Amino acid sequence: MSTAVTTASPSGPVAKPRRRIPVKHKRAIAFFIVPFAALFALFYLLPIGWAIFQSLLVVERDGTFGKPVEVFGGLSQYVLVFQNEAFWASVGRVVLFGAVQVPVMLGVALVLALLLDSPLVKGKKFFRLAFFVPYAVPGVIAAIMWGYLYSPNLSPFAAFTSEVDLLSPTTVLWSIANVVTWVYVGYNMLIIYSALLALPQEIFEAARLDGASQWQIAWSIKIPLVAPAITLTAIFSIIGTLQLLAEPQVFRSFTSSVSSTFTPNLAVYATSAVPNVSLAAAMSVVLALATFIMSFAFLKFTQRKDDK
Amino acid sequence: MSKTIDPAPKTAARRSSGAAKPAGAPKEKLASRTAAMIIMGVSTLYFLIPIWWLFISSTKSREQFGSTGALWFADFNLFTNIADLVAYNDGVYLKWMLNSILYAGTGALLGTLFAAMCGYALAKYRFPGRELIFNVVLGGVLVPATALALPLFLIFSQFNATNTFWSVFLPSIVSPFGVYLARIFAAASVPDELLEAARLDGAGEVRTFFTVSRRLMTPALVTIFLFQFVAIWNNFFLPLIMLRDQTLFPVTLGLYTWNSQVNQIPEIRTFVIIGAFLSIIPLIIAFLSLQRFWRGGLGAGSVK
Repeated sequence: MSTAVTTASPSGPVAKPRRRIPVKHKRAIAFFIVPFAALFALFYLLPIGWAIFQSLLVVERDGTFGKPVEVFGGLSQYVLVFQNEAFWASVGRVVLFGAVQVPVMLGVALVLALLLDSPLVKGKKFFRLAFFVPYAVPGVIAAIMWGYLYSPNLSPFAAFTSEVDLLSPTTVLWSIANVVTWVYVGYNMLIIYSALLALPQEIFEAARLDGASQWQIAWSIKIPLVAPAITLTAIFSIIGTLQLLAEPQVFRSFTSSVSSTFTPNLAVYATSAVPNVSLAAAMSVVLALATFIMSFAFLKFTQRKDDK
Repeated sequence: MSKTIDPAPKTAARRSSGAAKPAGAPKEKLASRTAAMIIMGVSTLYFLIPIWWLFISSTKSREQFGSTGALWFADFNLFTNIADLVAYNDGVYLKWMLNSILYAGTGALLGTLFAAMCGYALAKYRFPGRELIFNVVLGGVLVPATALALPLFLIFSQFNATNTFWSVFLPSIVSPFGVYLARIFAAASVPDELLEAARLDGAGEVRTFFTVSRRLMTPALVTIFLFQFVAIWNNFFLPLIMLRDQTLFPVTLGLYTWNSQVNQIPEIRTFVIIGAFLSIIPLIIAFLSLQRFWRGGLGAGSVK
């Protein structure tokens, strides 16, 4: 705010009258803003504040059987979070998951979007819908479905799944990655495809006249132009990956390879059920902060590249 | 179905299929065409076979589920299966479906309305604190909803309000991403001149929003509604952590609990599968029938 004012007006006083202009339609603005703002404050800001507050408390007892009392404990819960190996193992697991699954998923989505946008493919309407249908399947349901498809005896691909155990401790992470990919490829493809549709046709006609092939057009013109859309899908995918919960939780009933602290959110859930609410709250805060920083950093990083 | 799809969408469908391609474009090599169609075909199989399997499995009796070819029909038992599912446990499955529709339908409707009003005000009025509000909301987009589930539980338990309809419903209404989209759409689709004209005609601001601006923003609103509907319908952590009473469960949580009981109660497996199949139908129908609206709106989130 202040930087905008100083840069916009070297001769300070000029900017002042602008701020004195009375706000018109105050009541209408309040009518529009207040319902959302109130709910946002109650169910977004308050929980964040509450989680931070809760994470600063520790439970103390008078002797072994005394009544537990919550007292202020400073950052001691955070020390416990940073010492908690299961939690960090789960963070490492989702980071590994994201490093592989997000590029694969977005790569496939980009290729399919470019193919849909190219003149090479017929029946676009059908493909567009077919690829998007999995998005209508909730993560829980998709995980249940794939759980059966992976099973060694009930799967339609039992010839394969009875030989290769897709639910073993080493493979189950990638089996879950496949479920997530299956659900979200079509959604990401559509976001990129809509961005492609919004590009002006004239550029491509000019490129064709210059003798560019479809590959060259896709690589040097289309992909750079839809980069903002790809950034958006990447940010949502990063957020989604760190929050992984439903799919691994469902897989716990198919295999014992998924521990109760398999992902950070599962660790939060397991810790809060102990119950160790303060430690769970501290984990939530660390996780939310990490998510926020990562997606924000990614956003800034890609914007810097665009700025030249 | 295609009848509902065909009418030309108003927004981003300048060229919705290949029809508007320049006629004189040189022919691509046969090889690239074939390669492209093979990729499309394989992808179609990948995306649709699981759903096909789910459909086939829900038409089978319990005995035939494990013993007949998994990707083709045996005896067609779909309707007996549905009847058994609906009757099981005093019809709790229907209750779950209704709950899901109530949580997602009403929640998304109110959420869209509030997000639209807020985004519209941020786009169309100048007032102090506007940028601050927008930045806070934008920060909210980056805070994952699951990180809020536990603190929400703690807050609701202060008021003994966990395990209630409201504990899942109220937090679901808030959609910062909806505000972000609504602001972009309002800025792009509601011209200031139109608002000035409405003011000259003596229409109040609120009335103008509900009569004129809302209509111009319809594709955006359908998009916001659908994506919030999906977000609530798919939400798992919040109901998991809030609800104990299974008559309050949304269908995802209900099927999850059934699925984790399959080892103790084997006959429940049929219900999990048929229940899963039925539960995805409403969303697929919603997306297909409303796609001329949301497809136009989908790309706008990435516009800068």
